[in-house]
Amino acid sequence: MSDTAFDAPGPIRFHDWGSEAARKRVKRRYVHDRILQWLGLGSIGIAILLLTILLSSLISTGYPAFFTTKVTLDVFIDPKLVKAEDPGKGNFRKITRDAFGKYFPDVKSRSDKRRLYKIMSSGAPFNLRKHVLNNPDLIGQSFTFAVPLSDPYDQLYKGVIPRQIEALSGGQVKLGESLAQQGLLSVEDGKTLATLTIFIDPAKASKEDPASGDYAPMIAEAIKAIFPRDSPTITRDILTDEATEALKQTVVETPGLVGKTLQLKLPVSENFDNLHRTGSAMVMNPRFGSPKLFTWYDSLAERDLLTSNFSVELFTNADSRFPEQAGLLGAIAGSFFSLLVCFLLSFVAGIAAAIYLEEFAPKNKFTDLIEVNINNLAAVPSVVFGLLGLAVFLGTFGMPRSSPLVGGMVLSLMTLPTIIIATRAALQAVPPSIREAALGVGASRHQVITHHVLPLAMPGILTGTIIGLAQALGETAPLLLIGMNAFIPSIENIGILQPATALPTQIFSWADSPERGFVSRTSAAILVLLGFLFIMNATAIYLRQRFERRW
Amino acid sequence: MVGYLLLAIAAVSLAGYVMGRSKAQTSVGNLSELHSLPSFHGGFIAAWIGIPSFIVVLLWLLFQGTVIDNLLLSSLPADKTQGLDDAQLSLILSEVKSVAAGNIFGEPEPYVIAGAERYNAWYAISRWSMVAVALALCLAALLYTRAQISSRFRARHRVERILDGVMIVCSIIAILTTFGIVVSLLVEALRFFDLVSPFEFFFGLNWEPQIAIRADQVTGGGAFGAIPVFAGTLQIAFLAMAVATPLGLFSAIYLTEYSGPRFRKIIKPILEILAGIPTVVYGFFAVLVVAPAMREFGASIGIDIAPNSALAAGSVMGIMLIPFVSSLSDDAISAVPDAMRDGSYGLGATKGETIIKVLLPAALPGIMGGILLATSRAIGETMIVVMAAGIIATLTANPLEPVTTVTVQIVTLLIGDSEFDNPKTLAAFALGLVLFVVTLMLNVLAQRVVRKYREQYE
Repeated sequence: MSDTAFDAPGPIRFHDWGSEAARKRVKRRYVHDRILQWLGLGSIGIAILLLTILLSSLISTGYPAFFTTKVTLDVFIDPKLVKAEDPGKGNFRKITRDAFGKYFPDVKSRSDKRRLYKIMSSGAPFNLRKHVLNNPDLIGQSFTFAVPLSDPYDQLYKGVIPRQIEALSGGQVKLGESLAQQGLLSVEDGKTLATLTIFIDPAKASKEDPASGDYAPMIAEAIKAIFPRDSPTITRDILTDEATEALKQTVVETPGLVGKTLQLKLPVSENFDNLHRTGSAMVMNPRFGSPKLFTWYDSLAERDLLTSNFSVELFTNADSRFPEQAGLLGAIAGSFFSLLVCFLLSFVAGIAAAIYLEEFAPKNKFTDLIEVNINNLAAVPSVVFGLLGLAVFLGTFGMPRSSPLVGGMVLSLMTLPTIIIATRAALQAVPPSIREAALGVGASRHQVITHHVLPLAMPGILTGTIIGLAQALGETAPLLLIGMNAFIPSIENIGILQPATALPTQIFSWADSPERGFVSRTSAAILVLLGFLFIMNATAIYLRQRFERRW
Repeated sequence: MVGYLLLAIAAVSLAGYVMGRSKAQTSVGNLSELHSLPSFHGGFIAAWIGIPSFIVVLLWLLFQGTVIDNLLLSSLPADKTQGLDDAQLSLILSEVKSVAAGNIFGEPEPYVIAGAERYNAWYAISRWSMVAVALALCLAALLYTRAQISSRFRARHRVERILDGVMIVCSIIAILTTFGIVVSLLVEALRFFDLVSPFEFFFGLNWEPQIAIRADQVTGGGAFGAIPVFAGTLQIAFLAMAVATPLGLFSAIYLTEYSGPRFRKIIKPILEILAGIPTVVYGFFAVLVVAPAMREFGASIGIDIAPNSALAAGSVMGIMLIPFVSSLSDDAISAVPDAMRDGSYGLGATKGETIIKVLLPAALPGIMGGILLATSRAIGETMIVVMAAGIIATLTANPLEPVTTVTVQIVTLLIGDSEFDNPKTLAAFALGLVLFVVTLMLNVLAQRVVRKYREQYE
């Protein structure tokens, strides 16, 4: 609507609201409205889709780690190898290897045997040792004992990794298909040949001495002419040295070709040959080392010696270099101790500070300063708290590095603002009539707080505390800086002053490990962490709904 | 040892509580003659026993290490410590300490063994004198306070005064934390700027902090121009906001204006889940799913995308920030008075026109505040970028290439290092100072914008 219609009195314009143009305009306005609505719904959809992808990818990669593949061994604890008076020093390695070797009587040579034992987890002797130490009367006895398979075979049993993998990358497969489409590939005598147009560069090979020429660059040039946009790193695998030799042979036979361009059929590499003739180029997955191991593994599977059960070890073992043996107990204990320290410090201090600020503090510059500080601390990046812990707790005070005590103290500084803010909100929600009634019957202000207001505010305070602790449980960066990502292979000496690791830092360390099994372990550890967070948040919500009173 | 001592202190103060209560009860014939309830008398004694001795033990533990270290250093033969710098002295100290702890490797020199013996002896003396001092303090407090108890003694006032003190100390923790952050960052950053000029740090284009710690290591000379690091941080934060702002804003618009209350009640908590997932999980998600998917997609259309590209890290960070932007925009839009909505509808505007032309302009300060807060989060976010972004600082605007961020550098420079004597570790504190100042400014700005806007409509 233009302003001039009001400013300048002129002929009154009548709008025909029923006209075609007007109806179109109205329609367009509603289309715009609809577009905005769909954008909103679409954004929500995308956000939920991303959350679903996140969770489902974690579950699908993580769930195999909740199972361990084991091979059942008939072990005999030879009293000669394991002395009854000192079983800890026994040669359990030999016992497990002998028991495993019994399944393969025809594997004789030393190198074959060494390969064979790779199917079994390297930690198997320690599993047996632990079992015997717990049951010393087993010495001299025969019994069956299941030990985990090593990581690649564990993953193979679960179907996580294939026996054979594509030898060529997706880009290389495209190159092969494109060559075939251009009619440059032909099969002769069961071998695939590529027809290349090659310029014999006189600068690289001379007529006089063609045998000492450098032919590889000429072939590379010819390939580049066909695929000008692809980098040599993916095109160089099309042909092998065999092709260079063949080209050289041709030129040596007819030196007159130097300086000319010729068309030549050259043999392609084995992988491209397979791709062209069979449609796919597969090679053995290099993780398995040797094809012999497959037959041994298959024979174990045929004899029903392999079992896959729920992995209690994931929760009862400490960390390990071998993914099939690695567990979360050390990390859970470390997280528990640091959260305990964090709770003890921040709960008491947070409630005390909140009560003071809400109920007693005079309104002055100093209390304003405290409030501004609390609000800003809640938004300081967590890594800065790590720097504080590193410089002050470890540097100035010389507290033990990597310990849950320091971790808990750093986390409590981060949780404190959350708890203070939640407690103040809970205190504010208690109606003044309760305070006035208590004051009226002669209670002191402290008694009003401790006897009446605080108990009524407690559900809200606990909810805020649990939410703060849940945040602290997922916090990683400050713990990394104070070194709480120690490698803890044994859970014997875990305490608040000993080096430790926590769940999120354990996730970080496992995510950095190259073994395939750790990918799945990392997802499993994340699922465990999310499980704890879910329980904590559900408790907070339950507390709020069950006990919070509205006045 | 310390644990038993603390238990003993707790036991003595509990005993003090019981004693005080019973003395107060028996000192009068009728309880109503007492000024304060018996439990206040007990609490008065317990607080006087527990608090001072606990503080003494804490201070003792904090400072005994430093004192004994200094004593040990001055007791070492002068010819062994003459002309050594701090690093070498601390090396000798740690050798003495490891011998004292019983971890003897090879043949330590005699002065080391003698030092270790002295060290152990001093530690024993310190420990036992701590126990003696703490228990003596407990006993003195018990005797002193018990003598004060009488029917006229105003125990309740005393106890409440002590409680006030405790509460004030707890409130001051927040100030102490900020103070600790500022001082520790400033001190280490100033030490860094002694070694590297601030001009090079703030304007240099070359960041290669890996310097030789031992003479025989082959590394670069070390360059501390932080511009590429800052640029990378801003780039990733920008990408994250480019993902989070539209998604968060549009979902907030839908939830406040279009959806029914039931839909909103279900969807809002689901969106909040995104904010509750730990960032290390997002980092792993970026490495496991997003980066490979982007790489594959890039390869299928013929673009080479680095596995640790800024795009992957930034977009995953954006996912994390969606609920943040969404809930803050939600608050801002809901806070616009209904009168404005009604006026717009009354003029015949559609819902969409009302939102775009009335509500969003009115809520703009609040939304801007939310976006600023989310940006500050994005700049300070650590784990996603540590896991999914690069380590090497390259100055590039291409989001398909890896870049590094301030937080990545802080973590990589400090992991596994606790000696603050070389520019490499000190650089982390200089970066931390910049990070702290920038995020603080963003927060203060955002809070101011939001507050101003609230006043406008209240």
